[in-house]
Amino acid sequence: MTEKISEDQVKHVAELAKLKIADDQLPYFTTQLDQIIGLFETLSEVDTDGIEPTSSVTDQINVMREDIADNWNQRQALLDNAPDTADGYIRVPTIIDESGDNE
Amino acid sequence: MNYFDQSLTSIHKQLVNKEISAKDLTQQTLDNIKAVDGDINAFITVDNEGALKKAADVDAKGIDADNVLSGMPIAIKDNMVTKGLTTTAASKILENFKPIYDATAVDKLNKLGTITVGKTNMDEFAMGGSTENSAFKITHNPWDTTKVPGGSSGGSAAAVAAGEVIAALGSDTGGSIRQPASFNGVVGMKPTYGRVSRWGLIAFGSSLDQIGPITRNVADNATIMNAIAGHDDHDLTSSTKEVPDFTSTLNKGVKGMKIGIPTEFMAQGLDDDIKQTVLDTAETFKKMGATVEEVSLPHTKYGVAAYYIISSSEASSNLQRFDGIRYGRRAKDVKNLEDLYVKSRSEGFGDEVKRRIMLGTFSLSAGFYDAYFKKAAQVRTLMINDFTNVFKDFDLILAPTAPTPAYGIGEDVSDPMTMYMNDVLTLPVNLAGLPGMSVPAGFSKGLPVGVQLIGRPYDELTVYQAGSAFEQSTDFAKQTPKMGGNN
Repeated sequence: MTEKISEDQVKHVAELAKLKIADDQLPYFTTQLDQIIGLFETLSEVDTDGIEPTSSVTDQINVMREDIADNWNQRQALLDNAPDTADGYIRVPTIIDESGDNE
Repeated sequence: MNYFDQSLTSIHKQLVNKEISAKDLTQQTLDNIKAVDGDINAFITVDNEGALKKAADVDAKGIDADNVLSGMPIAIKDNMVTKGLTTTAASKILENFKPIYDATAVDKLNKLGTITVGKTNMDEFAMGGSTENSAFKITHNPWDTTKVPGGSSGGSAAAVAAGEVIAALGSDTGGSIRQPASFNGVVGMKPTYGRVSRWGLIAFGSSLDQIGPITRNVADNATIMNAIAGHDDHDLTSSTKEVPDFTSTLNKGVKGMKIGIPTEFMAQGLDDDIKQTVLDTAETFKKMGATVEEVSLPHTKYGVAAYYIISSSEASSNLQRFDGIRYGRRAKDVKNLEDLYVKSRSEGFGDEVKRRIMLGTFSLSAGFYDAYFKKAAQVRTLMINDFTNVFKDFDLILAPTAPTPAYGIGEDVSDPMTMYMNDVLTLPVNLAGLPGMSVPAGFSKGLPVGVQLIGRPYDELTVYQAGSAFEQSTDFAKQTPKMGGNN
């Protein structure tokens, strides 16, 4: 089988998507993604020269509205869904790991 | 309440005549669920308390005799947000998520007095065709509990088929309303893209997703479409076109209607019984005065590839919001913010969701965008052109909904390629944004089989017209699974 995607590429794509694939899971995902990307490549048979791509099928174009603030007054309800809050804010862990291990 | 013998209209009559109160009806619906759902697993969340409270409110205000949905208990797929009622999209990452607003489709139903009895099971983030990709439970097909109910709206379709509720909302990105409707012997409509607001529908493929009704019969389906359709300022892809009365063509018959059957949909991989069901349906339409001819949609075979590139790309973008910060599951023992994102997502998403996010990220990434995403978007244009050509001469397309009847639980789930190929007959309709409905049309070895009716953009009326005429000429919709204590 010609390889469409390597384990290293799968690792890279997972990183871009903020996912971590465990090493023992890597062959499993790579084999499956390789098959599916193989299917994707059948599109190369289609002559699409000069064909406009379709990104949406909506009949609405550039809908304008007034820029008006809309206060839903649901601050506490919103905060209730956050896993960690303090003093009316959402709390997150340190952004830069001070130990220097920041991979 | 034995929903197998009822319709929205017949229940409404009982409510208006005070033969039953909304509260008793709701209690009986909750009793149905309690009695049956242990075997079916259609619901992720049942809202006993909230439903009974809402029903008491409706009773206090009085049933509106002019509004068929007044006091009507229904179910909602768990990817539509419901204010204060846990909404998970069948994902661990949203396990305890309590939305602070209602999806527009849900809000419209609420305002007409419907009562949400619960949230139905689905494939995680609607990615799948068997409801086996739910993080919480496996739903069983009421016709044969060893079979899948289809998906991703498998919970909604099974709940209606099992007589737990009279109607439910589903969502359809590549067939997720129509295919489970076919597998469960019920009616499922995916409206034209833009017909129903997507506000509050947890996004999967934003250019493909639509909400639609799943019901026992065509008239009920049209009634619910009347309630949920229309422009919404919160979803600027929703159409400003006037919404017709979808029940207005139900008794008009199909005399003179020109129906096309796409040759490519009847080709390879189609189960013999399914093929025969479509041919039998064509004969029924001819007897009723329609003409039926073969037509061609030449790019059909590229649909699966184009769809999985486009839908996965849109999903990879849409699902970036699940990061463990503002809502949903947050991983423990993290070193820093980056670590929090990666661990929360890696623990929270199931394998199929990860697969699609990675496929999408790959298709959009530098160096691959032109060969994959752009190419797929161009093929989409060609598929739309195929439909446009057919609809120059034909009013409606008749096709199988799924290549097979419901298959066994566990049979296909390990092989994503087989799962993806199963969507070949439904996903072209999403790529082109057309209305498509599955109606019960026969049986294969005791399992229901649906056929798909596909209309021009915004022409749900013709789809309902043909579906209703067909339903009235057959008794497939009247048959029920041998369960729920009714036979």
